[in-house]
Amino acid sequence: MSLILFIEQMLNGVQFGVMLFLMAAGLTLIFGVMGLINLAHGSLYMIGAFAAAWVAGMSGSFVLALIASLAAAAAAGALIELTVIRRLYDRDHLDQVLATFALILIFSEGTRWLFGSFPLFLEIPPYLSGPVTLPGGIEYPLYRLAIIGVGLLVAAGLFALIARTRIGIQIRAGEADREMIAALGVNISALYTIVFALGAALAGLAGALIGAIQSVQVGMGEPVLILAFVVIVIGGIGSIKGALVGAILVGLTDTLGRVLLPAVFAQFMAPQAASSVGSSLASMSIYILMAGVLVMRPSGLFGKA
Amino acid sequence: MTSPLLDIRGISKSFGAITASEDVSLTLMRGEIHALIGPNGAGKSTLIKQIAGNLNPDSGSIWFDGRDVTALDTVARARAGLGRTFQISSLAMEMSVLQNAVLGALGKRRRVMRFFRDVMRDAALLDVAHAALAEVGLAEAAGTRVADLSHGQRRQLEVAVALTQSPKAFLMDEPMAGLGGEGTARLTPFLDGLRHRAPILLVEHDMDAVFALADRISVLVYGRIIATGTPDMIRQNPEVRAAYLGDEALT
Amino acid sequence: MRREPLLNAAVFLGLLAAVLWAKAMDEPFTITLATRVAILALAGVGLNLALGLGGLVSLGHAVFFGIGGYAMGILASHAQSYSPLIEWPVLIEGTKSMPVIWLVAMAASGLAALGIGALSLRTSGVYFIMITLAFGQMFYYFAISWPAYGGEDGLSIYVRNGFPGLNTLDPIQFFAICYVILGLALWLFSRLSRSAFGLALGAARQNAERVMAVGIAPYRLRLVAFALSGVITGLAGALFADLNRFVSPTMFSWQTSGEIMVFVILGGVARLFGPVVGAAVFILLEHVLGGLSEFWHIYLGAVLLVVVLFARGGIIGLIAGREVRHD
Repeated sequence: MSLILFIEQMLNGVQFGVMLFLMAAGLTLIFGVMGLINLAHGSLYMIGAFAAAWVAGMSGSFVLALIASLAAAAAAGALIELTVIRRLYDRDHLDQVLATFALILIFSEGTRWLFGSFPLFLEIPPYLSGPVTLPGGIEYPLYRLAIIGVGLLVAAGLFALIARTRIGIQIRAGEADREMIAALGVNISALYTIVFALGAALAGLAGALIGAIQSVQVGMGEPVLILAFVVIVIGGIGSIKGALVGAILVGLTDTLGRVLLPAVFAQFMAPQAASSVGSSLASMSIYILMAGVLVMRPSGLFGKA
Repeated sequence: MTSPLLDIRGISKSFGAITASEDVSLTLMRGEIHALIGPNGAGKSTLIKQIAGNLNPDSGSIWFDGRDVTALDTVARARAGLGRTFQISSLAMEMSVLQNAVLGALGKRRRVMRFFRDVMRDAALLDVAHAALAEVGLAEAAGTRVADLSHGQRRQLEVAVALTQSPKAFLMDEPMAGLGGEGTARLTPFLDGLRHRAPILLVEHDMDAVFALADRISVLVYGRIIATGTPDMIRQNPEVRAAYLGDEALT
Repeated sequence: MRREPLLNAAVFLGLLAAVLWAKAMDEPFTITLATRVAILALAGVGLNLALGLGGLVSLGHAVFFGIGGYAMGILASHAQSYSPLIEWPVLIEGTKSMPVIWLVAMAASGLAALGIGALSLRTSGVYFIMITLAFGQMFYYFAISWPAYGGEDGLSIYVRNGFPGLNTLDPIQFFAICYVILGLALWLFSRLSRSAFGLALGAARQNAERVMAVGIAPYRLRLVAFALSGVITGLAGALFADLNRFVSPTMFSWQTSGEIMVFVILGGVARLFGPVVGAAVFILLEHVLGGLSEFWHIYLGAVLLVVVLFARGGIIGLIAGREVRHD
């Protein structure tokens, strides 16, 4: 494989990882602060994508579409937090899993009812389409580069939010000791709603950004959700830094595995067999990575032991 | 019979800058009650955890019944014959009193991997369980759910479960806690007799009980043992008075 | 407290009565529905062992269901095409014999459960949920990308596999097989839950510290429970594949894991008949609501939400009281 192809795939891996980070950051934040496992996070991703596709279709503006994805996912997040999720904070994980599984059913079928079973398409705007030439003569799609940029910006913003702002201090305090921040007079239920809506908005943004390179359809959220779980298991629950490192690791492993493994097997197998063995193994590579991390560090790379 | 059953040799443990145990040495001889006392924050819990196997000491070793058990976990130490009661009752809350006692009997007798026979009809286990419950005065409550027991009854059940293990030594973390005067008055003579079956390392806040029961007392202050001796020696030890008792005289 | 055994008997006999009625009325579709209930309930009994008794919230039981299904699909497809499974080092042929397929399905899913359990049980709580879910997804994608056995399209088996002395193509005879197996699994579950192992497993769920303090390692208990649980769910997968004469990666999907869990919860966690009631209600809802609306999953979701938020203890809990029997 040529170096240029390799760098291209590396960038694809980073782009994939950045998207996973947007999902995983919300999940890990929600778990860290409220102790809740939210299976319906994938539905929020889907809602963001549908909102973006719908608004882009109506208005023709990609920027408006992104704003719509953030707003719709945050609103849906706040709505379910207020009606369902807050009843689950004191419940065990089993109840949380079931209730949020029920939410997936409702959101998925509701979306199918509204938009039908056929996928929607979200066009990349002209000013972001086409390739761009990177130093070293590598041609790379501008849109994917933009995704990486947006993702890294969000990551930086999130770190700043948690390190610098008042709400960040409350979040950190809440992770350390829930009774303590109530005693300090922080309005806990408002804080929880805000954190949940924030996580939802990040998921919605991820859905919209990916919606432009894949199709927008019901059921698009759950595979990403499960990958985000893998990211969290690798990075360690509750750690934003862990989510970022885990996401990039998973993104790179998955993308490079798909390219490299069939090539590796082609060295000593018939081409057709090599491609089938290689791609089957590649589909398992991130789970093998997860298993490896589990053996070494059961609570993740950045988790509290 | 002169070698100690439990022999803690110079263990130290620190968490960052905080030294929780500093070169602690302690022995438990057969037939004795050895009480460990110390003010709050002296590092008693950390020490207990190291003896029971929840925490590994940074240095030093722990010998039990002639074996170095420093590297063994709680399960292995329980199997080796260490019977533990917890400071805060630690029981299977949804099960009956009898089931908790049977569970204790199971562990000792390695009968866990039996999948078909009704365990509550296993006469050998039931005998052990009923006997232990009778000893602590819980025979009447055998069918009660643990969640419905009073605090004092749970403390009794803790001791009963340890009895079902027929341990070589007891490690008791504040068995009197929250029992009240009457409960303590009943448990004290029971523990007094128990020492002849297996010695007891007793961590206890109730000084009356400690001084009534203990053959020897060790005083832990800031992670260090500042004195070990008979109750009389401890009562008169000026260092203990200064560091631990302040000027409140022991009576 | 006496109500639960009565309810259990009524449910078990009710399922049989429904089938006999359907036979008399010549309604083979109802028999097929009842067979589905029996098989899905069996899968639920498997999960209930890990989830109900052991407190292990596995969202990856589709793995074992799928492995059972593929054990059937692979063996039967080789038999129907007369091509051996392996020629070297030993010759292994496919088979159309149900008992052989069941044994292979149980062994394979048990082994997978041992492997997944050994890794996942190093963690607990949410980690365990996420990891089991992830392993399920791993098998799902593997089944899709492995082209030898149909990949994404799955495998069709033209004729249902055979059982000595029975005509498995007759719906009621195939139902009888599934019903008897479900009965056996329930009997096993009830023995197990009262055994020494069951007592220790339940205690480890309620208080692992206590179990360790009496010299029992919770990890081993849980691993054995997880493996047994996988074996039962795997057997259900093999039967399910035989019912449909078709296997596909869908059997491995996270929705399948979720649904198996829903059976258990809908009926009542840790209740002997929880999965049976849950599977029956699920199939009934699917049938009734599915007839009313194409989007019946919305209503299913709403029912599930109500059960989780307001009816803890499931349907059996509502009828027979919340406390799980203990004596």
